[in-house]
Amino acid sequence: MSLKISLYGITRDIVGTSVIELPAPAPATVGELLAEMRRQYPALAQLRSCAVAVNNEYAEESQALHTVDEIALIPPVAGG
Amino acid sequence: MTPQLSITDQPIDVAAALAAVQTEVAGAVNAFVGTVRNQSGGRPVRRLHYESYDSMALTQLGHVVAQAYEKWPMLQEVAVVHRKGTLELGDVAVVVAVATPHRAESFAACQFIIDTLKQVVTIWKREEYEDGTEWVAAHP
Repeated sequence: MSLKISLYGITRDIVGTSVIELPAPAPATVGELLAEMRRQYPALAQLRSCAVAVNNEYAEESQALHTVDEIALIPPVAGG
Repeated sequence: MTPQLSITDQPIDVAAALAAVQTEVAGAVNAFVGTVRNQSGGRPVRRLHYESYDSMALTQLGHVVAQAYEKWPMLQEVAVVHRKGTLELGDVAVVVAVATPHRAESFAACQFIIDTLKQVVTIWKREEYEDGTEWVAAHP
């Protein structure tokens, strides 16, 4: 199972691309994904926060990930 | 009663947002208009760049407005428009407009929507200074 992760704001600057594909075996949960991304890109761990969105909703660390999911890293938002 | 929520790369028409919430059952229309100011923490700002994850931003904005309808059942109409792209000083970045029968709830609901929007809606802001740029709130 591979995963496509969309990157926005400062996470796109850190990773250097707007979409990253994690080949199989990809992380199985949100928590594993965050750990893997922080291992590959240590600057992500310096952020005030970094959430994961699955299908347009904020996801808990225990949530399972699937190839068909729309997954994104969500750095601290700053609308308004 | 269907909220009008949008994210646009075009200049925001504040009058249109106010008109969108007008209804004969409401005696109060309240709006918050967020604009681009010329400094941030004492540092001069030249312009702002907003980036949006549109589909999630609209989903989350829908949740925020649904919460407002739950908290203030008398809430009638809601319109929220957020700009994205490059904004110059003085440009309108966001408009929240609400209509309620009486004024107290219009202030409260309007403040709730803009405050909660800033916490959960997936829009990011990069400030441009004379000597570089920075993503707002990214680091502790």
